[in-house]
Amino acid sequence: MSALLAVNQLSVAYGGIQAVRELNLTVASGEMVCLIGANGAGKTTTLKALSGLLAPRSGSVHFDGQPIARLPPHEIARRGLALVPEGRGMFPRMSVAENLMMGAYARNDRAAIARDLDQVYALLPRLTERRAQLAGLLSGGEQQMLALGRAMMARPRLLLLDEPSMGLAPLMVQAVFDIIRKIAADGVAVLLIEQNAHLALKTCSRGYVLENGVVAASGAAADLAADPAVRQAYLGE
Amino acid sequence: MDIFLQQLINGLVLGSVYALVALGYTMVYGILELINFAHGEITMIGAMVALAVIGALTLAAPGAPGVLLLGAGLAVAIPVCVALGLVIERVAYRPLRHAPRLAPLITAIGVSIVLQNVAMMIWGKQYIPFPGILPQGRHEILGATVSDVQVAILVLAVIIMLMLILVVQKTRLGRAMRATAQSRQVASLMGVDVNRVIAATFAIGSALAAVAGVMVSAYYGLAHYYMGFLLGLKAFSAAVLGGIGNLGGAMLGGLLLGLIESFGAGYIGDLTGGFLGSNYQDVFAFFVLIAVLVFRPSGLLGARGAERA
Repeated sequence: MSALLAVNQLSVAYGGIQAVRELNLTVASGEMVCLIGANGAGKTTTLKALSGLLAPRSGSVHFDGQPIARLPPHEIARRGLALVPEGRGMFPRMSVAENLMMGAYARNDRAAIARDLDQVYALLPRLTERRAQLAGLLSGGEQQMLALGRAMMARPRLLLLDEPSMGLAPLMVQAVFDIIRKIAADGVAVLLIEQNAHLALKTCSRGYVLENGVVAASGAAADLAADPAVRQAYLGE
Repeated sequence: MDIFLQQLINGLVLGSVYALVALGYTMVYGILELINFAHGEITMIGAMVALAVIGALTLAAPGAPGVLLLGAGLAVAIPVCVALGLVIERVAYRPLRHAPRLAPLITAIGVSIVLQNVAMMIWGKQYIPFPGILPQGRHEILGATVSDVQVAILVLAVIIMLMLILVVQKTRLGRAMRATAQSRQVASLMGVDVNRVIAATFAIGSALAAVAGVMVSAYYGLAHYYMGFLLGLKAFSAAVLGGIGNLGGAMLGGLLLGLIESFGAGYIGDLTGGFLGSNYQDVFAFFVLIAVLVFRPSGLLGARGAERA
């Protein structure tokens, strides 16, 4: 199987606690996969380990066939794996335009960067109006859009999203998820973390349920959404 | 009026040197929240190395033009200081990046003492005179006197500061530096090699310190193994005065501290009816500093809490 991302028996400790245990997970090229679970189940820890912000205790991570588990974050980012972190990770004292350009930091194809910038502005018209504004002064929804647009400027092959709906009003959540679907439709694979399991399973084709750092269930999103145990624990039934 | 103008000129010249050194403190603090107390000693090493080179060249090639000798001194002092700054970062700070914040402060003070003692062993305890290679011209402006050295210091300092602003605001490295200062983690997610950016920051700060060290020794006509201590303390104070972590603040703070000190020296005798002489200028400068910080703890241009979030 030629998965774009292949995680094998990954264990990660965080603050002395074994937060993720022997996790197996794959994301195929262009696929949308979600990782759902309660607060503290190890979702964010998993994404941090995949992007190099946390060093795994054991196990392997392969991206495009290459091992990346012990690379520093900037090396992993340069290979085409972009994390939109929890809390959006703005550079608050930089303008919207500068934040977007930071997304393209590792690239040097100027003409293509300029084209991608136009595309991002076309995808996110709200940012176009605010391109000179400081990112720290944007609303939460606008910041989430900027974080997505900035990740796109890196031309990633896999986008890791940590709770993109967090703290947003329902209408804004819809807008943000519309953008995520559009990004995926362009062929970018997505690994999405969400507490809103309903929305996550509706958006993605496949899902994993994480409980106390262990995968408790996995499969097609529709099957998970129909699973009585998942429905009771995560879909509020 | 001529005393006022004279103190204004002296203050601007001195202040521009403080500003150059203050920039080194503030850039490092902006990225690492670390006070690099060894920075003052780097200015001292810059001055000492430049003087040694100039001295050797004066013997080897008597009659060589002074500006050329000075340029040669700087050409050696700058890379030496850059290398020194890089080594200090690598050896004394990087291993402690995740240690409690007091630990790198202690190593900073340790490095500072080591550098002082190394300089004392190499160059001795005596004051080293700046050789008379520089133009000694003096110009009268509205009753005040300006020397060639003063003009050169001010012009060079302004050019360097403008170049620094350009680098930080317009270049890829500058963007990476600002991004790293705002969030090291997110910057790394953008593909920024944070360790290299931090090293570059130390390198730039050390280069500025080398130039400032040569300026100070040219201005006062001497260098000394202990000169970095008070200069560093003043420049650090200037950075705090302007708002540490803020480049514009370091420039403003440096100029203000120079002016306060200079006007203090000029007027303190009159103000106290002769009770305090002009040698109390440092006391006066730090008194003003304390007064400003009581009312603006984050400095004149310092970031307010909300903006830092």
